[in-house]
Parts: sequence; structure tokens; C-alpha cells
Amino acid sequence: MGVKFPSAESFVTTKLDAVVNWSRKFSLFQYPFVTACCGMEYMAVYGAHYDGARFGAEIPRFTPRQADLLFVVGTVNHKLAPILKRVHEQMAEPKWVIAFGACASSGGFYQNYAAVAGIDRIIPVDVYIAGCPPRPEAVLDGLIELQKLIQEKGPRGAGGLNPRHTVDPLVLSRD
Amino acid sequence: MTDTQTTGHPAAAGAPPALTALLQQTFPGVVTAHHAQYGDETAVIGRERMLDVFRFLRDDPRCRFNLMVDVTAVDYLPRVPRFEVVYHLKSLPLGHRLRVKVPVAAAEAGVDSIVSLWVAADWYERECFDMYGIAFQGHPNLKRLLLYEGFEGHPLRKDYPKGLAQPLVEMRPVRERYDYHDEYQPVRQPAEN
Repeated sequence: MGVKFPSAESFVTTKLDAVVNWSRKFSLFQYPFVTACCGMEYMAVYGAHYDGARFGAEIPRFTPRQADLLFVVGTVNHKLAPILKRVHEQMAEPKWVIAFGACASSGGFYQNYAAVAGIDRIIPVDVYIAGCPPRPEAVLDGLIELQKLIQEKGPRGAGGLNPRHTVDPLVLSRD
Repeated sequence: MTDTQTTGHPAAAGAPPALTALLQQTFPGVVTAHHAQYGDETAVIGRERMLDVFRFLRDDPRCRFNLMVDVTAVDYLPRVPRFEVVYHLKSLPLGHRLRVKVPVAAAEAGVDSIVSLWVAADWYERECFDMYGIAFQGHPNLKRLLLYEGFEGHPLRKDYPKGLAQPLVEMRPVRERYDYHDEYQPVRQPAEN
């Protein structure tokens, strides 16, 4: 990412990286891969009250070709897993994945033959938002975490075994 | 259940409630057990004349069960017969309900399909087949409904291992803090690709 000179990264290229990352983080085109009840909270987040649009991540792109953020919202089961993998593969780099909700993060309360125990078993995930369903404030916090991640680290490559950020909804809900 | 207790039912003490009595009178010997509680009756019938019984329940003017509410099954594994197929019926004109249970010893032999009587039973019977493996003789399209092609076994049977998943895609290695999920079977290629 950025122009590489034979010497160490110069001031210009790091500033260029920072500007490009800034513009990427504030114009996330999300692909809402919504399957279950978390979809209701997703709709609440993008409604007028909590308003995901003020973070730049407003327009949902229902085709992976035009999206750079894959929001996996709700339970993914083994019948759906090949489809999720294919959708993720069709997205162009740079791409990020947010696991929204307990089922997407870890399988949730399902420990059975049908549900995948967390989508990180299928695709690499950047931010996990815990909750069943997570409060909209927790979702927005997860989005902000992703934006910080994009600013600091830029587009991630494929792979990634280490979860970098987990959002705890109990700490964040303000009621 | 083989007891014939009637609880809270407005019938004479010891006498079977109305719908069950009607069934016993029309088809002598078909009701092997019955019970009732608070106005809801259950009749356990034998498999042999089940289609005639259901046709009677649907068509007779004293019954008129025109709504097939549910078809499901239960696995009582150590017991013989192992499965029981449970039908819930409701009469919209007359307002009464009935639960009919048919014990099944071998899932492959199964029961007769009631799709010819209530078309709505189609997918309910397919789900029963998918989850328990009970065959419905005479069903027009008895194949899996909820699970995917390539899934082996019938997961709601009591001898299916509780957490055994059969993934279609290769699972990535993930570092988990608690190892509470059962092992996965080796990956198999999806049948359709």
C-alpha cells in the first residue's frame, strides 16, 4: 500500500497512507449479510435514531463486488457457510469483516449440528461485536473500532488468526 | 402413554371423552390408549387403519377437522416402539381439537402419508423425515427439507451425537478459549459442486 522507495518509508508516503486510510474508513460500503434476529438491531443502527450514516458507513451495497465491509449479522449455519465463503471471496481487497452478534462471533447459544461456531471458522474477521442482540451503541462502537483499525493498520491481508478487537456490550450500553 | 386418565374434562367419571368415544365406536379396537386434560383429547391409534381414521376425522359432520395443525415425531429410544408420530388437528367450524399419536417401530416402514387428506401436511412430513428418518408411504416428494444434500443421518434421533456437525466448507483453525464444541467430521465435498 503506497509508494515504496528503496529507503525507509518517508514522511510523504506515511502521510499518503494516512490520508488514504482516512478516506477508506469514512466511506465504508457495507454488505449486510443479515440472516436472523440481529438484523433487527442492524436496522435500528441504520435508522434515524442511532444513524450509522454519520460514520460514513451508510449505503448498503447488496453485491459483494461493490462492497468493502462485510457485516455478518445473525446465525450462520452449515448450509449457508459455502455461500458466505463465496460472498467473501467475491469482495475485492481491501475488505473487512465484522461479526455482528453472538451467533456470528462464536455460535451464540447454539451448540448443535446446524450452526457454525463462529464465522471466523469460515472467513477471517476483524471486529467482533458481542451481544444477543448487541445494543446499537455497541454496534456503533464496533464500527468505530474498525475505523481505528483501518486508520492504524490499513487494509488487512487475507488470513488472521488473532481477533484484534472485541466490543463488550455490557460495558458500553448506557441505560 | 397407556393410561386413560381424564383430568378436568367435563365427561362422566371413567368414561372416555366425546371424540375418543366416537372413534372407539366407529373403529373398534383402533384406539389403543387415550387421555384428556382440560378439554384437549389425545388418542393413540394403530397404524393399520390410520388413513381411514383420518378421513373419518376430516369428513364426518361430528368431527370436521379441516385444519391440520402439525405433524411431528418423538423418539423414545430405549422404548419399543421407538418413534411416535404426533398429529394435531383442529376443527374450524366446530372449534374442537384432537391430538392423534401413531407409534412406529421401524422408521423405514413408517406411516401412511396424510397428504392426500390435508395438503398442508406435505412439508411437515418432509421435516419429520429429515429429522427422524420416518418414511411416509404415499408422500409425493419425500426428501430432506431443512438440511442440505450430503448430510448423513437424522439429527433429532436420540442416537445422533449431540454436537456433531457436517461442514460443507473447510473450517479454519481458530484459537478458542473454551473447548466446548464437539469434533467436526472430516470435510466432504459439497454434492452440488
